Amino acid sequence: MKTSLFLGSVAAAALTAGAGMADTLADVKARGELNCGVNTGLVGFAAPDANGNWTGFDVDLCQAVAAAVLGDPAKVRYVPTTGQTRFTALSSGEVDMLARNSTWTFSRDTDLALDFVGVNYYDGQGFMVRSDLGVTSAKELDGATICIQTGTTTELNLADYFRANNMSYQPVNIDSNAEGEQQYMAGACDAYTTDASGLAATRAAFADPENHIILPEIISKEPLGPAVRHGDSNWGDIVRWTLYALIAAEEYGVTSANIEELSSSSQNPEVQRLLGTTDDLGAMIGLDKEWAKRAIMASGNYGEIFAANIGEQTPIGLTRGLNAQWTQGGLMYAMPFR
Amino acid sequence: MSDTHAQTVPFVRETMLPPADPPLREAGAVRWLRENLFSGPANTVLTILGFLIIWFLVSHFWDWIAHSVWNADSLADCRRIIAETWGEGARGACWAVIRERWNQYVFGFYPVELYWRPTMAFGLLFVALTPVLFSASVMIRRIVLVLTTVLTLWAMTVLGAPAVWLAFAAVVLVGALAVSERRVSWLLVFSILYPLMGVWFLWGGSAWGPVMVLMGPVLGWIAWRLLSGLSPMAAAVAALVVPVLWWLLYAGTAARDAEALVSLAIPAVASDRFGGFLLSITIGVAGIAMSLPLGIVLALARRSDMFLVKSLAVIFIEFIRGVPLIALLFVASLLLNYFLPPGTTFDIILRVIIMVTLFAAAYMAEVIRGGLAALPKGQYEAADALGLDYWKAQRLIVLPQALKISIPGIVSTFIGMFKDTTLVTFVGLYDPLKSMSDAVRASTSWKGIYWEPYIFVGAIFFLICFGMSRYSMYLERRLARDHR
Repeated sequence: MKTSLFLGSVAAAALTAGAGMADTLADVKARGELNCGVNTGLVGFAAPDANGNWTGFDVDLCQAVAAAVLGDPAKVRYVPTTGQTRFTALSSGEVDMLARNSTWTFSRDTDLALDFVGVNYYDGQGFMVRSDLGVTSAKELDGATICIQTGTTTELNLADYFRANNMSYQPVNIDSNAEGEQQYMAGACDAYTTDASGLAATRAAFADPENHIILPEIISKEPLGPAVRHGDSNWGDIVRWTLYALIAAEEYGVTSANIEELSSSSQNPEVQRLLGTTDDLGAMIGLDKEWAKRAIMASGNYGEIFAANIGEQTPIGLTRGLNAQWTQGGLMYAMPFR
Repeated sequence: MSDTHAQTVPFVRETMLPPADPPLREAGAVRWLRENLFSGPANTVLTILGFLIIWFLVSHFWDWIAHSVWNADSLADCRRIIAETWGEGARGACWAVIRERWNQYVFGFYPVELYWRPTMAFGLLFVALTPVLFSASVMIRRIVLVLTTVLTLWAMTVLGAPAVWLAFAAVVLVGALAVSERRVSWLLVFSILYPLMGVWFLWGGSAWGPVMVLMGPVLGWIAWRLLSGLSPMAAAVAALVVPVLWWLLYAGTAARDAEALVSLAIPAVASDRFGGFLLSITIGVAGIAMSLPLGIVLALARRSDMFLVKSLAVIFIEFIRGVPLIALLFVASLLLNYFLPPGTTFDIILRVIIMVTLFAAAYMAEVIRGGLAALPKGQYEAADALGLDYWKAQRLIVLPQALKISIPGIVSTFIGMFKDTTLVTFVGLYDPLKSMSDAVRASTSWKGIYWEPYIFVGAIFFLICFGMSRYSMYLERRLARDHR
């Protein structure tokens, strides 16, 4: 991440001058298209299909924002970004927002002049091992060889964890997830470590998933969320409250199926405000009354998006865990719409 | 002599004995084996080692290749079919991923209904190359052009090209064939127009854009004609300045106005829809076509007597050669955005093409400088003795020989550059090898597939690079003037 930090700093320095005048909302409306930075391909989160249509958990957030701002979830240009280009693409203005499973960290939020507007997936780093290894806890991995993607926060987390627990390990450096899987399958390493969501997706794709276990320890916090540029707080508000609208919709039981009915008949004042039936919240962020309604209609509420892309019914099969609503013991907590 | 009878000489045989078969070890397969594989102890050991390696590879991978599956919806489906057909625990290649996604490996995210456009551009590329690469004989031109015509029209029909464009392609291709039968140099006009045409086919939009770009040189020529009577110097300056001014100031608005008057637009395709081999070949062809002339100029500049020209060439070449290509690509994709005025959109593929061209040109310059240095001093002196000026001497005597010497190096640079186009993956473009494979693996159906995409892409790269290499060998044979 050294490179991106350096380039990001250059970006930040270059941008400070013009940042005050930026009006991303007007730009997006004039362009008629939202430029959304996504991953070049991460299973369940963002991937082009055989016809070049993007789908995924992060992609649905882009669509929700496009629906809220432009009234049409299809008006998104997906800009695939790599781990190196993502933050510079944002700060140089090539993309309006980043929905690319990026971890919200102190230095990225401050030094790189980004604004993380929320968290759409709470991830954490885990380990996967073969079950015949007989290991049931990450604490038993002393002296193990571990496949680890270089240049990521996971590499640093791993070093921290083993040092804190006074253990040693032998790293096997890999470049991409696909290569990591291959090395792990070939027996080049005892354990494979990456974000728990990635581990689950990897394990699900194995020919013999039952012979591999994901250890219970989660050794890091990886809050993944959408990011916007510093200096345009209104645009940041739009992306933030679009995300909250999706989360709140799930909390209040508003789904893409019943949203039309609820917007006319719901007696719940929170729902009425959210869907623009009573108050005009949209005007406060430069949008119309029904912005949140459109955002929710794009691909459903947060729960629907989760279930459709990465939930237990999909091959990836992630449980809600930390990403359940706060009422269900999770961390998803939308600020009040008032 | 006539009175000497043959019969009187007893030891002269009248009839030939039938020739005996050569000894068994000196004939047929045995001889070939003896001479080529087992000619000595060292050779024998190497042969046996080689066979062992081949046997090792085949025995380890044969079952994988033999158990190929072509029809499946997903990797899980593939595995199920393999387990059903060849038993539990069998392994096999899942080529179904190529079958389902081949179009993305070839065209990236180009709109499906417009696949015929890059196909036509690719076919016409060969027409444009014919007068340059296949000018040796009518026979070769005929083979190349007939093959191109048949394949292009067939592919365009299969891909559902509209009848108008099929007719257009047919007219161009058959016309090129007719022209090349009589006078191939006329086809050079097409070669010169092709870059603009190719860009228009690939990116679409209004045809007035390329036409207005073309107007630049035309206006320059007119200015030159008008002024050449007054002052040759002013004419030369005007011939350079007028096109540049035209492009910078008026070409854009003129194209828009003309488009408003008479619309000549075909659907535009943005650069982010490019990917796979379409992207690689676009970058590769543009880079090759531009880096060779640029490399020649740089090589000549580096050998120039003029201090400034020479220093600039040395600085450029050494700087570019001292920096990794990836660094240049990052500059193209990230830093240029900050240096350009805000709001300017400078196409990412164009930026990459420029960087790749500059990179290849620096290497090309050194390869050609090698050729120039290899030329005996007498050749230069002979040119001087004939009274040729610098440019005539270079064009007629020095460069033809120097370039001929440099052919293997030049083609190596081309091949290297073509393969380097896969590095665009680092700036978020979909190269066929890594980005496209990762994108395919990111779908839940194909997650976990590893070797098949690499083998497929590798095979196509091999075909193209091997073709270039064979062509360079053919060219060397054709241009051979000595009897070494």
